[in-house]
Amino acid sequence: MKISFDDLHKAFESRIRLGIMSVLAVNDSLDFNALKEFLDATDGNLATHIKKLEQEGFVESNKSFIDNKPNTRYYMTAEGKDAFHNHLEVLEKIINSQK
Amino acid sequence: MSKKQDHIQDIAEIRSMMERSSKFLSLSGLSGVLAGFYALTGVYLAYSLYGFRPTEIITNKQASDFSEVVVIALLVLILAIGTAVTFSYRRATSKGEKIWNSTSRRLLVNVSVPLVAGAGLALVLFSKGFVGLIPSITLLFYGLALFTGGSFTFNEIKFLGVIQILLGLIAAYFVEYALIFWAVGFGFTHIIYGIYIHIRHKQ
Repeated sequence: MKISFDDLHKAFESRIRLGIMSVLAVNDSLDFNALKEFLDATDGNLATHIKKLEQEGFVESNKSFIDNKPNTRYYMTAEGKDAFHNHLEVLEKIINSQK
Repeated sequence: MSKKQDHIQDIAEIRSMMERSSKFLSLSGLSGVLAGFYALTGVYLAYSLYGFRPTEIITNKQASDFSEVVVIALLVLILAIGTAVTFSYRRATSKGEKIWNSTSRRLLVNVSVPLVAGAGLALVLFSKGFVGLIPSITLLFYGLALFTGGSFTFNEIKFLGVIQILLGLIAAYFVEYALIFWAVGFGFTHIIYGIYIHIRHKQ
């Protein structure tokens, strides 16, 4: 079977977006600061990448207030989970096919 | 194809991200070694200074006769936890991570539930005079706590939990030797395991 690089979802081209998906795959939900800590990204950079994933429908957020401070928790949607798993499978196939 | 290297790198990154965000990996092995020494010292003091040597499950002594032993046990516990927190804190800061994050929080919550349940039962048994069962109960519940906690830190901790559970069961059967099994579980296995974790994970 011919595997094309087109099968790799464009949304995962960026390392940070891939990182966000990896982290959310193993955590039910995380707030912005936790994501920032794990990914070692700046506020602006991380926000842009999260927005992109939200537009794709892979990530959603819950806004609430903790001690009067706004707190946004992000979690992966079912669609996001599928896309992430597909992405991993394609990566695996590409690597195997080039052995 | 240079692309292949990129993809392998991607996968390595994904794997490391998944692990780092779901497991607390700054746990210090050396603090385990020290905890083992505290426990051995505690057992020695309780045994030689205060003549704590339960031979029967039920004792007809008053609970207050053992108050020094309870103080020793609490001191050992506080020292061990304090050392673990301090060493892990240093470890985390040297890696540029925070000690209080979602992984350490999750580890703590999951370890606390069996520990608090065990401590509660130990206190009840103690007040009713079932002193001979205390070593086994504390080993059992500590083992359960480690087994659960193992999912949220180094996997090897699960195996340490199983060892403690087995020692706890043996200690319940051979009550005369319970203190020895207690020393083996909280003392020697901690020391050996601490050294192993320290070498294996270079911390």
